[in-house]
Amino acid sequence: MSGAPRVPASLVGLVGFFAIWEVASRTDLVPGYYLRPPSVVLPTMVTLLGDPEFVRAVVATLAATLLALVIAVLIAVPAGLVLGSVPPVRRAVMTLVEFLRPIPSVALIPLALLTFGTGPDTKITLAVYGALWPILFNTMYALDEVDPLHVETARAFGTGRLGLLGRVALPSAAPFVLTGVRLSFAIALAVVISTELFSGGTIGLGQVVNVASGGGLNMDTVLAGTVLAGLIGYGANAGLELLHRKAFAWSQPKVGAE
Amino acid sequence: MNMLEVDGLGHTYKGKDGSHTAIDGLDFTVGAGELVCVVGPSGCGKSTLLRTIAGLIRPSRGTVSLHGNKVDGVPSDLAVVFQDYSRSLFPWLSVTRNVEFPLRTLSRTEREARAVEALAAVGLSTAGKKYPWQLSGGMQQRVAIARALAYRPSLLLMDEPFASVDAQTRFELEDLLLRIRREQDTTVLLVTHDIDESVYLGDRVLVLSKSPATVVAHLDVPLGPVRDQITTRASDDFVELRAKVAGLLQGAPVTVR
Repeated sequence: MSGAPRVPASLVGLVGFFAIWEVASRTDLVPGYYLRPPSVVLPTMVTLLGDPEFVRAVVATLAATLLALVIAVLIAVPAGLVLGSVPPVRRAVMTLVEFLRPIPSVALIPLALLTFGTGPDTKITLAVYGALWPILFNTMYALDEVDPLHVETARAFGTGRLGLLGRVALPSAAPFVLTGVRLSFAIALAVVISTELFSGGTIGLGQVVNVASGGGLNMDTVLAGTVLAGLIGYGANAGLELLHRKAFAWSQPKVGAE
Repeated sequence: MNMLEVDGLGHTYKGKDGSHTAIDGLDFTVGAGELVCVVGPSGCGKSTLLRTIAGLIRPSRGTVSLHGNKVDGVPSDLAVVFQDYSRSLFPWLSVTRNVEFPLRTLSRTEREARAVEALAAVGLSTAGKKYPWQLSGGMQQRVAIARALAYRPSLLLMDEPFASVDAQTRFELEDLLLRIRREQDTTVLLVTHDIDESVYLGDRVLVLSKSPATVVAHLDVPLGPVRDQITTRASDDFVELRAKVAGLLQGAPVTVR
């Protein structure tokens, strides 16, 4: 049974999406002039990836996203460990956390642009803000889930408070922390690109899209940048998922023995 | 010489809906090199007893002394093997790393040597690189025993250590424990609800009453150091002792709390 190309099950949705998009843009379902079809957008994306200027913008966006993610981890993991293991601190700070968390990073763009200017600091700062929360919350709640018998075992072997945190709490929380990082990557990427949209003169994917959208003449470039952002997010998620499976095989559903 | 002295030990849990006295006025000793089994009805406070000895719970009354030193906090030369091996081993560490876990203060070579030795003693020399979830339940409990042995404790506490494995594995692990303590002269206090197990393993059996637990009898077990699952369990001494323990457990005064 060969002939029609086989589509892996995981890509059915994506391929279907592109097909609907193609049809919608070719027919008069939506104004086709702005919604360029994927058959135009995807080749445009490939061409753009050969353009050093464009690649520089993509690299700048990626670098800002990754840097923001690293900073967010460095802040949120220790903070989550403290909030998760010192109840008085948690009680004192949680109201503030619950107040700050729902504020969208995007709403802070005007303030941040005026305060820090249009340089990379601004988008990194905002992305850190957005990326903090999933990591912080996952770390904090993972500590509630640490098996009391693990703690008791470690204590019985003379492990002190700090040892418990570093040798028991942190490793058992690690898979949850990585899940937080996975969620946070998408947030950081979105915030970086959004900020770039509003930061004239900055280098980044968002700015490329913004410039190209002027006058509506380069919609294929606008959409190519948008699709690329999606692909980056997809790739990062897949990579982190793979890392999760490799590094935390122990936390997967148990199969095999007995 | 007494390795462990328990004197007037009692513990009362205070909760919102009143207090519950789990153990009360316990007095007993465990000599160096002895294997003492504590047997009592379900829910009689055996685990509370073990946790107070391990320094994990501060008892409400009485004292625990380990080779003459009063226990205040977790003693540095005591190891515990819990019933639930799957939750007591650290799933993110390999078997070897689990065994090395308590040996933080030793040098790396010393740690490795101890782990190799302890894993060999429990018959798991080749499993060091595996992870707990890749092993059967019986093997996981062997790892937990190896971890306790590697620590070279003055006193090994075991809380229903073989209650979660199948009968065949249970016999194997019981014999493993008897062999190890013959070879290494370990002092063991083992808590169990299983009458046969307490007689089969113990040099002495302490029978506890229902909650709040008190010691109702000390029985010497004259079965010698080498025992066999089939012949020992069929011997007159064994049968007589197990009947005696069973009688004591049934006749143990019921206290309403």
